[in-house]
Amino acid sequence: MDYFDRFAVPHPSPAIYVSMVAIGLTVIAIIAGLTYFKKWGYLWREWLTTVDHKRIGIMYLISALLMLFRGGADAIMMRAQLAVPENTLLDAQHYNEIFTTHGIVMIIFMAMPFIMAFMNFVVPLQIGARDVAFPRLNALSFWLFFMGAMLLNISFVVGGSPDAGWTSYFPLAGNEFSESVGTNYYMLALQIAGLGTLMTGINFITTILKMRAPGMTLMKMPMFTWSALVTNAIIVFAFPVLTVALLMGTMDRLFATNFFTTANGGMDMLWANFFWVWGHPEVYILILPAFGIYSEIISTFSRRNLYGYKSMVGSMVIISLLSFLVWTHHFFTMGQGALTNSIFSITTMAIAVPTGVKIFNWLFTLWKGKIVITTPMLYSLLFIPIFTIGGVTGVMLGMSAADYQYHNTMFLVAHFHMVIIPGVVFAMLAALHYYWPKMFGFKLNEKIGKVGAWVISMSTLLAFMPMFFSGLDGQARRMYTYSESTGFGFLNMLSFIGAIGFAIGFCLIVYNIYYSTRYASRDISSDPWDARSLEWATHSPVPEYNFAITPQVNSAEAFWDAKKHGHELFTGEYEKIHMPNNSGVPFIMGCIFFAWGFSFIFGMWIPVIISTIGIFACMALRSFEKDHGRYISVNEIKKTETSRGA
Amino acid sequence: MSELFPRKQVMGFVFSLILTAVALLVYFLDMPFTTGMTVLLITAFIQAALQLVVFMHAGETGDRGSIYTNLYYAIFIALVTVFGTLLTMIWGYI
Repeated sequence: MDYFDRFAVPHPSPAIYVSMVAIGLTVIAIIAGLTYFKKWGYLWREWLTTVDHKRIGIMYLISALLMLFRGGADAIMMRAQLAVPENTLLDAQHYNEIFTTHGIVMIIFMAMPFIMAFMNFVVPLQIGARDVAFPRLNALSFWLFFMGAMLLNISFVVGGSPDAGWTSYFPLAGNEFSESVGTNYYMLALQIAGLGTLMTGINFITTILKMRAPGMTLMKMPMFTWSALVTNAIIVFAFPVLTVALLMGTMDRLFATNFFTTANGGMDMLWANFFWVWGHPEVYILILPAFGIYSEIISTFSRRNLYGYKSMVGSMVIISLLSFLVWTHHFFTMGQGALTNSIFSITTMAIAVPTGVKIFNWLFTLWKGKIVITTPMLYSLLFIPIFTIGGVTGVMLGMSAADYQYHNTMFLVAHFHMVIIPGVVFAMLAALHYYWPKMFGFKLNEKIGKVGAWVISMSTLLAFMPMFFSGLDGQARRMYTYSESTGFGFLNMLSFIGAIGFAIGFCLIVYNIYYSTRYASRDISSDPWDARSLEWATHSPVPEYNFAITPQVNSAEAFWDAKKHGHELFTGEYEKIHMPNNSGVPFIMGCIFFAWGFSFIFGMWIPVIISTIGIFACMALRSFEKDHGRYISVNEIKKTETSRGA
Repeated sequence: MSELFPRKQVMGFVFSLILTAVALLVYFLDMPFTTGMTVLLITAFIQAALQLVVFMHAGETGDRGSIYTNLYYAIFIALVTVFGTLLTMIWGYI
């Protein structure tokens, strides 16, 4: 039995045992359900082996929503623990584990897949392509991300969760202070998911540079595609740093190297440095696609072209460069001198300039536009003021001398939530409502959607505004409780009420999906929002081959021109279409990676060696496989097109 | 015949061999640490540039613009990361 002791949870509680039972029952229910309804074949053929960018996008979306609820549950527990002074709902260790997994899940496994979902679904449609450049690599990216997410999510029932914060600073994250396998989970799960992200980066840069429809020059690309291009460039340059840092951290923990130790010539703070060399560009990896989404939505519902297209592109390119120049502002108090801090302070303030350009461009797009308030537009309009509060407090934090006052207080927590929630989460929810008809062929209910938008945005203010004040009063972040005499109780209770509001808001979104699936009209046009770019020029839901005829583009708003100025998008006859074949290899490879990561975490070397061989075998199989794809015949295209009413 | 002879490639090959030999001198000759590192750094960068241009055909295709933009961007970020880290962790650290 000694062998199995390593899988025991080091710090158990009734809640964890209940979760174990719940996870077990859910797995049994899923397996039984699939068997009972005879859906195994369907699942394998249509989803697990798919290389279709639209289906992969939908799988990313489902994963993101699931992880949103996982991370949200962590958040509610944290706020509940802090709602009253000296609360004993959670103990210090559980609180540590929960704020750690909340951070990792929300950034890496919620925000990232949410963005990947829309990049996958929308970008090939916006540029008039049939799929991404490397469809099978795309499937592999998804499965690596998914297996990384699953690996992190089993940590709290098998072996213990990571508990050193989502930044996992050494020496706290080293073996000396983090004895359980929790931090190994962090290292390996992020490594596997990160590899997937890196592949996505390469894939989308190639797709956008090489597969645009005829006539679509770079400066005629829709703004979301531009943001995706810039984002993926940042991914390709930033993620290798994370890969290397995680590798060094893993070696420190499992092979007794001394990169980040305090003794033997190690540099513990080098981890913080590397982490943020990746971590700050990561912030822009999250926010730029969100900006792209807002650009699409604001211009669509202002019934105007986007103001300042060139300055939008220019500011994104400048942001992509500046994002690599500011990382030290995450640890101004680490001990580097005034000169270093001043340099990074100035670069930090410089980055507010291109961001400001973008905000003003949206405002000028709204100016004299015929604004239509739909749910996506409502999210976009609510984003601007709330994001600005978060952004302005960011400039306060960016002043290195003043930062000594704010560092590691709730002020910082309030700041980054006020930036990320309106910046990324609102954008993704807006995109969810906006692209839902294109994905599934019916609209989400507008009324429930708008109530949800108001509840979520007001909850953002209620949950995070009090933290600015409690932070300035001296409440430190990551403390699991506080005494009554500090006077933080009232402000934290307000935050807790805000967190409950969030829960209600997200339940409304789920209810909306349920309600609209049952009752919404399926009889909608393929362009329900009267939109401007190419993804709305094909049917909803989109046929497998995207466009029966490759579109001809001659402006940045090709579809709008086609509708209003009589530009012909589709000229010519149907021709047979070359499509990639489905493949089970990416999924199998993902499963092997899961086994590899799991055995690595527990230092079980024989399974590690076997699964490493398995990974290389999969790659060898792909190298020698002769798979030239397949053709969709003209007859089949005609049949699909008539059935969709072309 | 002369236009069929891959002059550029042969020259490149010889030059890369010379660079390798120079780098190896650091091991065989007894020189101070800083001199050795300088020699290694310089030869490494010339070697990388040579390989990219001569043997990996950067700049010979229609997308030379994208390739060079990508390269300059990468060099910029590498330099910023390396020197920024040195500034933060060593030079500017008190």
